Amino acid sequence: MSLHTELQNVTAKLVVEGVCKSFNSANGRVDALQDINLRVNEGEFVCLVGPSGCGKSTLLNLVAGLDKPDKGIISVDEAPVSGPGRDRMVMFQEHALFPWLNVFDNVMFGLKLKPNLTDSERREVAKFYLNLVGLDKFAKSSIHELSGGMRQRVALARSLAPNPRILLMDETFGALDALTREQLYGELQQIWQKRKKTILFVTHNIREAVCLGDRVVLFSPHPGKIVQIFDIDLPRLRDINDPALTALSSEITATLKHQIGANVAE
Amino acid sequence: MNEKIKKWLYPTIAAIIFIGIWEAAVRSFNFFEFILPPPSDVAMYIWNATLDGSLPSAICVTLKRLLIGYAIGLVIGIPVGMMCSRFTIVKDTVGILALGLQALPSVCWVPLAIMWFGQEESAMLFVVVMGTVWSLILATEHGVSNIPPIYLRAARTMGSKGLHTWIHVIAPAAFPSILGGMKQGWAFAWRSLMAAEIYVTILTGFGLGQLLHYGRELMEMNQVIGVMCVVIAIGLIVDKVLFSPLESSLRRRWGID
Ligand SMILES: Nc1ncnc2c1ncn2[C@@H]1O[C@H](COP(=O)(O)OP(=O)(O)OP(=O)(O)O)[C@@H](O)[C@H]1O
Ligand SMILES: [Mg+2]
Repeated sequence: MSLHTELQNVTAKLVVEGVCKSFNSANGRVDALQDINLRVNEGEFVCLVGPSGCGKSTLLNLVAGLDKPDKGIISVDEAPVSGPGRDRMVMFQEHALFPWLNVFDNVMFGLKLKPNLTDSERREVAKFYLNLVGLDKFAKSSIHELSGGMRQRVALARSLAPNPRILLMDETFGALDALTREQLYGELQQIWQKRKKTILFVTHNIREAVCLGDRVVLFSPHPGKIVQIFDIDLPRLRDINDPALTALSSEITATLKHQIGANVAE
Repeated sequence: MNEKIKKWLYPTIAAIIFIGIWEAAVRSFNFFEFILPPPSDVAMYIWNATLDGSLPSAICVTLKRLLIGYAIGLVIGIPVGMMCSRFTIVKDTVGILALGLQALPSVCWVPLAIMWFGQEESAMLFVVVMGTVWSLILATEHGVSNIPPIYLRAARTMGSKGLHTWIHVIAPAAFPSILGGMKQGWAFAWRSLMAAEIYVTILTGFGLGQLLHYGRELMEMNQVIGVMCVVIAIGLIVDKVLFSPLESSLRRRWGID
């Protein structure tokens, strides 16, 4: 495999069909997900929103292959998911970078596990992605020397480095301050346009979802279900402070509130 | 002034003042030599014993016991500690045993070691291993069990599994805790070996503890204090050469204060 093919844009279609997942806990059985159906097209940016406990992280873990559904099938480009794979990379809420490695070696971690590449190619790829997130100057830094925003950028570079088809992001920007977050919305949109990944992005911030997603998927809890899917047709690159975006997110927020209200009334 | 020079200068000045007071006190109050010899006599002993080879050979004997025993302790302790964290059955058996035996001061192994192995090198090794291994098992087990699960999940998504995960994720993630166990194990092993050497004569080799012991028997106080100085020096050197650099590099990387 050459460096050129390694850096090519790849993407995939993700299909979730009839997926159910429940957990046994001390308080009895929890239906985290019930009959989830979702198709995500190649290169599509889909945001999952919903109140806490509605199974967003559970769904992401199932797609990542870190957990198995009780029922239903998840497939990537027609191939069923049976475990973790390099075609699907995950970014967690906490950055999950390894403190015993410096920035560069963190980005190299996944690359070293990828066969058919020479070591110098791997280093080139790592440099390319550090450059992409604007942190090439910090390659030798320790993780603890970076700000929260920089850490998430390193985490993004690390997830992108093995060139996955699908990027799974679980409240990735949740722990950051508003200003840093806004900056990262812009960067993420640009990187997504450049790299053409399929992205599944979990958040409970509806504005964030509307700002980033081609579609916003609204979940309701107990049991976790998809209530409604909104198409977001706003032009890119989107600014989170854009009035049209604000109006649309208020509309979705109203639907969500109505949904929760209905649930409580039941 | 340069920070590095300062760091060395002050302890050196303090040591010189201390030795000066000691020398002056012994000379002016005229103690009996077997109560407190002047530091110059102690230095003479160390010089002569170095020249006649008795001190270097004792240092070699002791360090050899220590290093071999410590290495065995590490080689057993770390994998067993990892097994404890991985298999509940091992934790409930070996782990509990380690918890109990770690509470036992390792000198208490000496009589048993002598009965089992005789006055031989293996008895000394046994004592050192017993001093090292339980701390390491517990520290490793603790370190591995407390790794944030998110590291393991992240590693899994990037395609790490099995042995690769153990070497490249679990071992480095647990290393701060393992290093703590290594330090504690070293301290236990070093102290118990000294006690054992003073307490029993080992026929196969004369260590520092034996020199100390015979110093007392012969009322050679300068020998007793000279050997004590060597023991202190070894302890300091091991700390400065082995553990301190490891700890500070760990601190720098992880940002632990
Ligand atoms: N390992 C588990 N064991 C037991 N219950 C679990 C487990 N993981 C998730 N659950 C339950 O499943 C439900 C969905 O959890 P999940 O973490 O997917 O929610 P979420 O939508 O990500 O919430 P949040 O926005 O707070 O992150 C919750 O009720 C949770 O308690
Ligand atoms: Mg979650």
